[in-house]
Amino acid sequence: MTTSVSSEPVASGHTDGNGPGDGPGQGDGPSGPGGGGGRGTGGDGGSGDGAGPPAPGAGDPFDRDDLPTPKSASRTLLRSLLAPLRRHVWLAAVLILLQQATVQAGPLLVAYAIDTAVPAFRSDDNGPLIAVAVAYLGSALLAGLLQYTFVRVSAYVSQGVLLDLRGRIFRHGQALSVDFHERYTSGRLIARSTSDVESLRELLTEGLEELLGVFLSVIYISFLLLYLDWGLGAAAIASFAPLVLLVRMFQRRSRRVYAERSTATAAFIVKFTETMNGIRPVQAFRRERANERDFGKLNASHERVNGTAMLEMARYVVGSRLVANFAVAAIVMWGAYRVASGGLELGVLAAAALYLRRLYDPIDRLGMFLNAYQSAAASLDKIAGLLAQRPSVPEAVDPKPLPERPAGRPGREVVFDGVRFAYRTGGEVLPRFDLTLPAGQTVAVVGATGAGKSTLAKLLARFYDPPPVPAGERDNGRVLLDGVDLRELATPDLRRGVVMVTQEAFLFSGTVADNIAIGRPDATREDIERAAKAIGAHDFIAALPDGYDTDVRKRGGRISAGQRQLVAFARALLADPGVVILDEATSSLDIPGERAVQRAMDTVLRGRTAVVIAHRLSTVEIADRVLVMAGGRIVEDGPPSELIAGRGRFADLHQAWRDSLV
Amino acid sequence: MAATDEVTTTEREAPSPEGAREDAGPAKGRSTVRSLLRLWPYVRPIRGRLVSAALVAIVASCMRLVIPITLKWIVDGPVADRDPGGTWLGGALLLAIGVAEAVLFGIRRWLVARPLASVEAAMRADLYQHLQRLPVSFHDRWASGQLLSRATTDLQLVRLFLAFPLTFLVVNGATILIGFGILLAQDWHLGLVLMVPAVPMVILCSYFEKRYSLAARRAQDQIGDLTTLVEESVLGIRIVKGFGQHRGQARAFRSLRLRLRETELRKGSLLASLWALIMMLPELALGAALVLGTVQVADGDISAGTLVAFLSTALALRWPVESIGFLIAVSNDTATATDRYFEVMDAPEAEAAPAGTPSASAAADPAHAPAPADHPGRADAAHDGLRFVDVSFQYPDAPPDSPPLLRGVDLHVRSGETMALVGTTGSGKTTLTALVPRLLEHTEGRITVDGVDITALSRSELRALVAVAFEEPTLFSATAGENVLMGAADARPRELERALEVTQAGFVHALPKGVDTQVGEQGLSLSGGQRQRLALARAVVGNPRFLILDDPLSALDVHTEALVEAALRQVLAKATALVVAHRPSTVLLADRVALLSDGRVSAVGTHHELLRTNAEYAALMSGEGSDQP
Repeated sequence: MTTSVSSEPVASGHTDGNGPGDGPGQGDGPSGPGGGGGRGTGGDGGSGDGAGPPAPGAGDPFDRDDLPTPKSASRTLLRSLLAPLRRHVWLAAVLILLQQATVQAGPLLVAYAIDTAVPAFRSDDNGPLIAVAVAYLGSALLAGLLQYTFVRVSAYVSQGVLLDLRGRIFRHGQALSVDFHERYTSGRLIARSTSDVESLRELLTEGLEELLGVFLSVIYISFLLLYLDWGLGAAAIASFAPLVLLVRMFQRRSRRVYAERSTATAAFIVKFTETMNGIRPVQAFRRERANERDFGKLNASHERVNGTAMLEMARYVVGSRLVANFAVAAIVMWGAYRVASGGLELGVLAAAALYLRRLYDPIDRLGMFLNAYQSAAASLDKIAGLLAQRPSVPEAVDPKPLPERPAGRPGREVVFDGVRFAYRTGGEVLPRFDLTLPAGQTVAVVGATGAGKSTLAKLLARFYDPPPVPAGERDNGRVLLDGVDLRELATPDLRRGVVMVTQEAFLFSGTVADNIAIGRPDATREDIERAAKAIGAHDFIAALPDGYDTDVRKRGGRISAGQRQLVAFARALLADPGVVILDEATSSLDIPGERAVQRAMDTVLRGRTAVVIAHRLSTVEIADRVLVMAGGRIVEDGPPSELIAGRGRFADLHQAWRDSLV
Repeated sequence: MAATDEVTTTEREAPSPEGAREDAGPAKGRSTVRSLLRLWPYVRPIRGRLVSAALVAIVASCMRLVIPITLKWIVDGPVADRDPGGTWLGGALLLAIGVAEAVLFGIRRWLVARPLASVEAAMRADLYQHLQRLPVSFHDRWASGQLLSRATTDLQLVRLFLAFPLTFLVVNGATILIGFGILLAQDWHLGLVLMVPAVPMVILCSYFEKRYSLAARRAQDQIGDLTTLVEESVLGIRIVKGFGQHRGQARAFRSLRLRLRETELRKGSLLASLWALIMMLPELALGAALVLGTVQVADGDISAGTLVAFLSTALALRWPVESIGFLIAVSNDTATATDRYFEVMDAPEAEAAPAGTPSASAAADPAHAPAPADHPGRADAAHDGLRFVDVSFQYPDAPPDSPPLLRGVDLHVRSGETMALVGTTGSGKTTLTALVPRLLEHTEGRITVDGVDITALSRSELRALVAVAFEEPTLFSATAGENVLMGAADARPRELERALEVTQAGFVHALPKGVDTQVGEQGLSLSGGQRQRLALARAVVGNPRFLILDDPLSALDVHTEALVEAALRQVLAKATALVVAHRPSTVLLADRVALLSDGRVSAVGTHHELLRTNAEYAALMSGEGSDQP
């Protein structure tokens, strides 16, 4: 039940006419009322995320959190998770079979005691009574022991599965390419490895064992009742028919209610998170009352469906109890009638009465387990869908080494050889082009938003690969680093070769020093401080409460956007790459900060090949060469002085910039 | 007098960090019952329903205990008398009891279903309302995930507690008492035999539960660590990939996973012991009772029916006894959840009404505050602009021995003037701007708008006067138009158009649904520059008297920047504005520039004056000479 709450804080449950049933290839299944999404092909009973942004390219499965998944994917996944634990699974199965057998022995012994031991004892034969005592003692101890072992073994199995699954999701998420991450959104990936794994954990550790126990005890008890008396047993089995109907009806109805509830939950979670994350504008623009109205509405609809869910449960409990109690009364009455008329032993009736109690006791809880089971199945589907994604930027299978750099020539040559880039959905971003950046050259790339600057950078950093083409067509070209295709480089080589510093300067939890050391994990403290000093970050780091050992997530670790970018630069300096890419990496820096970066490029990174993307043209002044991009094409290419002197776009841009400087 | 003001102002702020410590461990002497009692105000409205539900449940539960007695009556009566006809009556009785039990349990659930949902909703609404009114400094310290888990998981736990454990603690207690009463009444020897394991079982169960919940809490923390790592490795994926660190991340993740599994296995073995005990102890007692009972039946001391009834009563009592430990554990968890909830609810809200002390402080210094406690907009002070007098600020969570971030800022922005605020990274520019709309509260000194101390105005009045564009442009899940109009509720479409025009945000007309296009988290994602222009439009839309712009053009390219600047000048001409600037181009929007350094305003003047006379300013604006620290 907790799973529905923690589901997908970022998932969207928006409702403007993009409900279930529209969108190509989506509209199978009945469009349930009020289901603002979440009732797509795969995700029944799961979390209520609907369509994503109604952005261009709707129909993209990513927008619906519904990845193309082979039908048997979750079963295959489950099997592969259990395979290494095969022996433990069998052991657990045998244990629970035995355990249930010993547990169900009790009432049989009661029947034996009443029907055999009592008369025997009356005729001074203590044997049967002693047998009852020993058997009861034995079965009680054995049941306890078996239970203990089973719980431990099953905990081992389920923890093994979860350990493996968590690792797989994590490694897979890390292996998938940046373009996948851009489309799948971080929230979904986080939800996969947290709330979805959690709902599976709940089932494995809490529900599954009970579900198995209930299942087995029903089978055992049915057989025992049949064995005790054929008629009583048959009557008990007949009572299953209405119960099964009831359970199915409940499942059908509750699935809808729960789906509705998780949609409602997701809706208020989004509102809540948005408010808390944007508390400054909320308060500054006095949005409190308006927000309360909106949140109140979402909260109220959640309250309504929450109550409905509880009533649904109540209805089920009443129904199943009625059937069960009716069956108990009828069977006992019939049995008593037969005992009275001499057709049945009293002990058998007593045992049957005790068994019947056990038979129907767990029905109430069954409904809950089935819900847990369903939500876990939905989660597993989603996880399987994620794991079925193949990385579009795979690691090299048979890596080639990067040629040694000739002494005194720290930079590397970059060649775009007939490269063309288009998204899977079809939009061409970069038409085919050739470009050579000689080793050691500093190249500035300028152009309007959407001109393709970042795509160029990402191809060079191998965040993207030129997209594959169907056999027979001309391929989309290669990106070469000192003559080696980036796709043929081992990851460590690639990262020694090319490092990219982006605009978003994310800091990992840990100390400032840790964050810089990401550039080179084996760096010493001196190396780290040298890098920080070179970029002009040393002064502010030294002023933090614990200097380089300040935890960036803890008190006093208040680090401004500009300071974050300096840390990101220090990281890149420490990595000491052959090619460095700066993608809007100076946007939050003030002018002295920008100067420090330029100085560092001139000293520490001297001789490296550098690609600099910037709105600000101040960076361009240090460039050897400027590329002006528009509509995915390089429209101007030349040394800055030459372009400035010309009458092209760059000359205009540069004039505007000079004017702004005054 | 000024000294006492400082004291009172500091004290006013003091409780907020205290009350909202995130790492507030379980305080000493925290009692489960006391924590749970805090729920009373929310439970009060539904107390009638809750009590009647409990009563109904007790009756229903007793019905179960009556079933064995009926069984006994059947066995000892019609069955023993070989009277088949008599069994009909017994059967009918059994049926009636069964139906009554089912219906009563149904009524119990029906009684509480909607009311409990409303309790949860009411608590959540209160939490949301409270959180929105907590100062920004509170939110700076609390991750939104922490707050969200209080609004979801914790409240759900509370609802479930009220629905089941609370009722069943009462119901099962009553059932146990009545059940053992029946057992003892039937045969006190056998009854005593059965009671023997009850006490050790409750003790052992609560012993294991306690250790189990410790392990469970540890597992919870470890899952938290795991989640943090997952989140960071996803959010920082470009860095992880860019530096080829995914193996290292995977290793770190693996060690966390292994630690978690260890804890989970520990939980598993505790659970195994607990279950084994629960299985074994009652079975042993039942076995003993069976043997003794058989002897007694054989001796003719009791009837066979009594033995059957006895055993099935004992069976019916198993769950109530077993459940006590579990119910207590859930109650403990709920108490923790309740504490977590009230931990946030207890954080003091920024006070809504003008406080007495600040106006008094204003009155104490007549030279600077001609209209202390009066309503804003009085004629003589109406054109005073924005004034900072000896303003200091220290973040509440800063180390106590560190100097305040701002110490003694004096600045006067004249009415209608635009003042640029310049300073090195981390000098406190953004912090200073947050003081004006009282998103942060200055710890010392005074800030006045048109002569009125800002603490003498209600936050709502103040924020109606002051519009802000933040460095980080946040858009909400609403249409583009709604996002802009948040700045002025009563603005007309024409004003929206004008604001979009001023900020060069005409691109919204090209969006799929124009100004009605959904943007934000759940809508179309816009580029940084686009978001920044919309956020700027939001600030200027209502023609505010005071404008605070924090580096409003940082994400724009040169062309757009020039266009926005040209249009923005018209707006700025009519407003009193404070603009944080990193670049000369932004500075040129302003009439004068204030240089913030070492926590105070060290120089004020026009751009060219400062460029000539102030070396630090020249270094900041041109980068020349910035080699010297």
